[in-house]
Amino acid sequence: MTIEAKYGVPTIAMHTDKFDKVARSVATVNGMPGLRQVFVPQPIMGKTAQQLRAYVDGVDPITGRPVMQEVIEGLTQPIDERELGAIAFDRSTPRLVPADTAENLEQVFLENRWTDMLPIVLPTEERVAKMLAATKRKPEEVVGRMRSTHFREYWEYTVEKVAVNAVMAGARPAYFPVILALAATGVTARGSSSSAVAGMAVVNGPIRNEIGMNAGLGAMGPYNHANATIGRAYGLLSQNGQGGSVPGLSYMGNQGNSYGYNSATFAENEERSPWTPFHTQHGRAAQESAVSVFSSVRSTAFTLGLPEKHWREHVEHMLRGMDPHGPPTLLLDPIAARQFVDRGAFTTKELLIDWLYDTARMRASEYWNYQLIQNYIYPRATFGEEPWASKLKAEPDEMIPMFRREDIHVVVVGGESNGYWRMMGCNYQKTVSVDDWR
Amino acid sequence: MAEKLTVLNPLGYPPKITRKALAPRLSTLEGKTVYLVDCRFDDSDLFLKQMQAWLAEHMPGVKTVFKPISSVYLQDDPTTWEEIKARGHAAILGVGH
Repeated sequence: MTIEAKYGVPTIAMHTDKFDKVARSVATVNGMPGLRQVFVPQPIMGKTAQQLRAYVDGVDPITGRPVMQEVIEGLTQPIDERELGAIAFDRSTPRLVPADTAENLEQVFLENRWTDMLPIVLPTEERVAKMLAATKRKPEEVVGRMRSTHFREYWEYTVEKVAVNAVMAGARPAYFPVILALAATGVTARGSSSSAVAGMAVVNGPIRNEIGMNAGLGAMGPYNHANATIGRAYGLLSQNGQGGSVPGLSYMGNQGNSYGYNSATFAENEERSPWTPFHTQHGRAAQESAVSVFSSVRSTAFTLGLPEKHWREHVEHMLRGMDPHGPPTLLLDPIAARQFVDRGAFTTKELLIDWLYDTARMRASEYWNYQLIQNYIYPRATFGEEPWASKLKAEPDEMIPMFRREDIHVVVVGGESNGYWRMMGCNYQKTVSVDDWR
Repeated sequence: MAEKLTVLNPLGYPPKITRKALAPRLSTLEGKTVYLVDCRFDDSDLFLKQMQAWLAEHMPGVKTVFKPISSVYLQDDPTTWEEIKARGHAAILGVGH
């Protein structure tokens, strides 16, 4: 779109057919509903030259017309007013939904895809007012902006909009400052990536105990009201705050992600951790309450404890099991955390992260062959961006780091029923004060 | 008769859309330079090279230039766009997903 609008070069945008609705929608919301797009079958990845040539020789699966005919016509046929299309569709958001019975309203919310397909608490004015009373912030104050993917436009949301979604999730007013802090991150829990991502949220500080969050037994499961509804509210405010998360239109995760139901939201077990709390590693004081958000939650690996003889190898294999584009955040039960201290003398999280960084290595040729590394890292490496440019100089058999050190994290959570622990492949984004939103 | 409730709309506020004009089209591709711009995602380079081969076979009067973008598709690439504007007449970008 930039090359058309800003540089005046007639352009054809090629896409695969699974992305027809999203590609047209993105063009429209960026002001170019008439952008000329041609589609070929999905996938491109892994096809032979002959198979790709068949795509070129074949027809656009959306229109049924020859691909190259559409390309040539798209570059040469004049543009008329009808093709430009109208952009005069309604872009406002009314404050209220037309009054109706509870049963009918629940159906309206479902049909508009304003829910996560589970029953919701209807956000009546009375319920929303009670939620709003839990913060000193004004209802009309803008909290932040979100979008589901890089190419979509940012939508904006206010304190009242966050309260509406918090009510829908079943959250209590006491949780509202945490939910506002999550909204203030501007990091969506409903990313559209075809890799089927979810969010993750870790709460630290006094607010955990004030509102009864769980950092112990079952903390990541459906066993605590605050954990469950705060996480659900984060998902709902993301999909509604950003203007939707609709499969095929504004959500393209191929398999979906069940972490999305409550965005893997839990409190860190500060009391049983041998190390400093996560939020203090990211600029917050220990006595401050804060929430930290992670994106691209996809892969996990797990094991039990650290057996004395081969614990290093076990951890190394877990690290090798992660996609190098999905760096690990270790979620350690306190038993496992203390074992890392005992076995490896990792008296701080930083020492453990240093070791993980040094341990997570693979042959350079294997690293560069990963598809996500090809898609997102290789182009940056070829244009000199470090540390990848240096990695690119490695010999094919040289063992190179899989991750950047700053992308590896450690959080302590669990109830010590055993020393199970896991690695969550995800990207830490930011830590936001909860106290600022009380 | 069930009671009617008034509830609030959960959707955020969208930005205003400003329509952008498409570039004027060419009368013909004959004698023109068409850039095939590789967005460097999955195997889009292999696909565009097949498209380049098709143009060489069926439209030999069209000059084609295969051009990978400078970095990942998430970043704007003014250097490449400037080159195409200066040296080319049209562009085919692919493959989006």
